[in-house]
Amino acid sequence: MIRRILPLVAGLLWASSVFAADVSLLNVSYDPTRELYVDFNKAFAAAYQKDTGKSVEIKQSHGGSGSQARSVIDGLQADIVTLALAYDIDAIAGKGLLAADWQKRLPLNASPYTSTIVFLVRKGNPKGIKDWDDLIKPGVAVITPNPKTSGGARWNYLAAWGYAQKKFGSADKAKKFVGDLYQNVPVLDTGARGSTVTFVERGVGDVLLAWENEAFLALREFGADKFEIVAPPQSILAEPPVAVVDSVADKKGTRAVAEAYLKYWYTKEGQEIAARNSYRPRDAEIAKEYEKSFAKVELFTIDDVFGGWTKAQKEHFAEGGIFDQIYKN
Amino acid sequence: MSMQTGLATSTTQLRTYAPATDVSVAAPAPRLEIARAEPGTAQRNLRTEPGPIRFIIIALAIAFLSVFVVLPLVVVFASALSKGVVAYVAALAEPEALAAIKLTLLIAAISVTLNLVFGVVAAWAISKFEFTGKTFLITLIDLPFSVSPVISGLVFVLLFGAQGYFGPWLQAHNVHVLFAVPGIALATIFVTFPFVARALIPLMQEQGTQEEEAAISLGASGLQTFFRVTLPNIKWGLLYGVLLCNARAMGEFGAVSVVSGHIRGETNTMPLLVEILYNEYQFVASFAIASLLAMLALITLVAKTVLERRLDEAEVPDGD
Repeated sequence: MIRRILPLVAGLLWASSVFAADVSLLNVSYDPTRELYVDFNKAFAAAYQKDTGKSVEIKQSHGGSGSQARSVIDGLQADIVTLALAYDIDAIAGKGLLAADWQKRLPLNASPYTSTIVFLVRKGNPKGIKDWDDLIKPGVAVITPNPKTSGGARWNYLAAWGYAQKKFGSADKAKKFVGDLYQNVPVLDTGARGSTVTFVERGVGDVLLAWENEAFLALREFGADKFEIVAPPQSILAEPPVAVVDSVADKKGTRAVAEAYLKYWYTKEGQEIAARNSYRPRDAEIAKEYEKSFAKVELFTIDDVFGGWTKAQKEHFAEGGIFDQIYKN
Repeated sequence: MSMQTGLATSTTQLRTYAPATDVSVAAPAPRLEIARAEPGTAQRNLRTEPGPIRFIIIALAIAFLSVFVVLPLVVVFASALSKGVVAYVAALAEPEALAAIKLTLLIAAISVTLNLVFGVVAAWAISKFEFTGKTFLITLIDLPFSVSPVISGLVFVLLFGAQGYFGPWLQAHNVHVLFAVPGIALATIFVTFPFVARALIPLMQEQGTQEEEAAISLGASGLQTFFRVTLPNIKWGLLYGVLLCNARAMGEFGAVSVVSGHIRGETNTMPLLVEILYNEYQFVASFAIASLLAMLALITLVAKTVLERRLDEAEVPDGD
């Protein structure tokens, strides 16, 4: 029996080691971008080969944005990080792995694509969910991941807070509103994809707070006959940033190709890939072309409402912060 | 384990297994209970229970097994094959799947080899020699059983991570331990190292040192004694330990997940890939990999049964 298995194993080993590129990059990303980067990496590799004649292979790693940042800090050799929010890359910069002004090195806050937070509900919208106010009604089960570990969950939280603060005009009332909302959350998964699986696969909850791209992906995977997307009139402008990790790229000698990789996001082709994967493109022309794919939502930014990520993180998500206070009660 | 075999192997077993060392391993220990219920003892015997009670107990056991073992196995294979054999094979032929299979085999090979050497050496020292700190050593060997796998992984992050004790030195010398094969191997070795030692210690203690003493008094060297006397005596027990060690090495999730870094096609083992594919809505692919792991479990089960029979024969040569 062993004699029959050995050649098979040898064949498998050989088959998996025939791919060898001139350059290899590691892109450490957050949870919902798996499909996006499959598309983008393929397009970039082709473009790069055409321009320089060299082949490039991009390896991917996905997980909760916060824990991915932690891995890079612990030594995961990422040439590029593409995380859910600027704070997580700031944390890496805080350990000296990349320049503190990383967000200024690329246009538009180093966020070549944006997204927002929308609601995914079951077909026919049986609970009649239209706006943020509907989420705090008794008997509505809301699915959202844990803001301590998930970047998407922090955007969800801040979107709800921003809405309430604009509507009621005070931080105290916003705190009450968000507290009521989390009363309706039966389970906190660690990552955005985990929450989607909870809602879609396991059938828990009435409404999923999700990245817009994640909600569209669920529709594509499971069919529009099971779920529908409800875009609230107001939500937050989520800017997932990208950066080259200086220390790793310099050590591996991959800086040039890593920078080319991120710049490719700002080309028409890159923007088109973002739009195709339901991320909102920055380029006006592509945005116009895909206008109908995205609902009209009035978007506020984290800088407007919260004074930036560092401040928001400290106030809301740090140990003993507002999230800890409201989730305890 | 069949009740028949257990009953057949007479009370010699009762005496020979030193109870102090049989703690947590699923090794031959459970036979003790059954062997104790000898006909002729004053205790109530399972075989003398009234018919209906026997029936209920057996029915309960079968129902329990169906729900917790058979049903999940069926689901795994049914889901894996739900889109046909072609989709199943295609899922396994994906570069990422192949890389995961390759990595899993590599990690199992490394950790089983090292644990084999370590386990034999440790069991040899503990069972054939007297020294202070022996109990402490046994406790240390058991440690991975009582520590959560996640902690086992984190320990290596704290040691070898860029912010850890050895991290800066390793980085300066461009040695990658964490988020690479060495880290995954280390975590797996840590989690699986009790298996071989634990399978051997009771066996070697039972065999005592007489044969070795005889060999040495006849002029054999230490190595000769080991290879000609000790090793042949323990070979089935050793295989048994290796088997369990291998099963765990291939199936380990928690510790490996912490140190893997989840790089596609590079540091994802099969259990990690199962979760990743599941989260990507690729259910057929996910269950295809899972079915490979399940098949491994089934093969292990069969091999384990065969080995247990061999072990019985080896231990009680003059049987009934």
